[in-house]
Amino acid sequence: MKLPSLFGGTRGLEAQIDLYFDKVQEAGLVFGRAMELYLDRGVSEGFEELVRRVTEVEEEADDLRREIETQMTTHTLIPELREDVLSLIEQVDEVTNHYEAAVYSFYIQQPVIDAAYRADFAELARMVQQTAEEMVTAARAFFRDLSAVRDHVKKVQFYESEADKITTRVGRQIFESDLDLAHKMHLTSFLDRLDSIADTAEDIGDKLSILTIKRMV
Amino acid sequence: MSPGLFAYLSSGLFLGWSLGANDAANIFGTAVGTRMVRFATAALIASVFVILGAVISGAGASHTLGKLGAINTLPGAFMAALAAALSVYLMTQRGLPVSTSQAIVGGIIGWNIFMGRPTDPAVVSKFAFAWVASPIMAGIMSALLFLFARAVLRRVKIHLLRQDHYTRMGLILVGAFGAYSLGANNIANVMGVFVEVSPFPDLQLGPVVLSSAQQLFLIGGIAIAVGIYTYSERVMLTVGQDIVRLTPVAALVVVLAQSLVLFLFASQSLASWLTQHGLPALPLVPVSSSQAVVGAVIGLGLITPGERVRWDVVRNIAVGWLLTPTVAAIISVVGMFVLQNVFNLPVRP
Repeated sequence: MKLPSLFGGTRGLEAQIDLYFDKVQEAGLVFGRAMELYLDRGVSEGFEELVRRVTEVEEEADDLRREIETQMTTHTLIPELREDVLSLIEQVDEVTNHYEAAVYSFYIQQPVIDAAYRADFAELARMVQQTAEEMVTAARAFFRDLSAVRDHVKKVQFYESEADKITTRVGRQIFESDLDLAHKMHLTSFLDRLDSIADTAEDIGDKLSILTIKRMV
Repeated sequence: MSPGLFAYLSSGLFLGWSLGANDAANIFGTAVGTRMVRFATAALIASVFVILGAVISGAGASHTLGKLGAINTLPGAFMAALAAALSVYLMTQRGLPVSTSQAIVGGIIGWNIFMGRPTDPAVVSKFAFAWVASPIMAGIMSALLFLFARAVLRRVKIHLLRQDHYTRMGLILVGAFGAYSLGANNIANVMGVFVEVSPFPDLQLGPVVLSSAQQLFLIGGIAIAVGIYTYSERVMLTVGQDIVRLTPVAALVVVLAQSLVLFLFASQSLASWLTQHGLPALPLVPVSSSQAVVGAVIGLGLITPGERVRWDVVRNIAVGWLLTPTVAAIISVVGMFVLQNVFNLPVRP
């Protein structure tokens, strides 16, 4: 890994930041596929494989994050924005943690989702993944193309609000159903867990909006 | 250098030290204060280029200072520089805006008054023009440079880290140019009054001949470098962290605008080029780098929505244009009288 020096380049670190965002997106794709499989056939071999994969991706992203943070601090890069950028990268890491935690929760607790709700759960999973995906695009734009950040953050806000609507609607349906209370609470806890991915992505989007104003010269 | 000569030059050397301690921060303050550039790097570049600027291009502004009043005794030159140093000290102690460039003019006018010689109003008007024009020019340049930089950065969509990298290099390159311009323009404040009485014969150093004045400028440049190394770090950290919060790109623009202004008021070759092409040349006059910086920052403020310009700072600068030379002239006259009549030194030729 080439270290950035005063007269050296910063390409190595730029590539690592790109790779880090690739990992976050990959975690999202694995999460999305895992959700599809679970809702289709429960804990299957394919699902177990994806659980392992999401953990691997999360660990790879963690390693990259630590290396990026170390280099940015050691070489006093972007001093006026470093704290903000480091906390942004930390927050993005929370999204991968949420993906992993969500997939593991399904693996461990194996919630029984009635056929009536499966499409809604699938829609929610897609929506939160889309929210996080847009957030990653916005974060990439923050580094390369500030003028594009606003458009992506707008989309983040839209998808997050859609995810909230689904969570509320399905939550109400579940509590209006004949399921026993424990089952209702179990299912809605999964709705909340999925929705928290979109909430975190939205928080990051808000932060990006402020950082973009700070970066505007 | 004989101890006697050193004693006479000491007031100028003190001005040089003070210049290095304070004004190097105008060039590298934000870069060092925000840790974009290490102090060791900044101090080395500033010292080398300030000396180069002083020795290579210091003659122009110094020549104009000589036209204001050619001090032709060492005690007289000593007192003029000391009056400037004391007025800077006294006014700084009272929190008043002060510039060495304006104080030294007062010191020389004090000499003229003491000698009963008239001060050429045409030369005074050159100084007055330069003092008023330099912050205004710095403001216009920084606003234009900033708009240009912003347009370019929005167009090229450069990665944040690469922009940071280029800005660092820019701060170092522009810092070197700024230090050169500072040396070229402000060495006149430090050593200008001694040029007429310089005791040094021309010095042959291989293919290079250092004139008597250039040797003075070299000594003055070294005094500035000592000021940079011994005291400027804390000033830089204060400037960079506490007083002015600029983005690195804005800081680069401010330093460049300030450096260009100092260079325009110092470069003999540029002045002769402009004259040759029938263009009006700027007078070669020492101007205040601090006031140029304030002008540059105000220039940015005027084009930034929501930024309020602190007009009280502008008013204080204008007050300083009159107050500083007046205070220095009074100290100079009184000091020369004391040197002549109490210490029996040959102030008059």
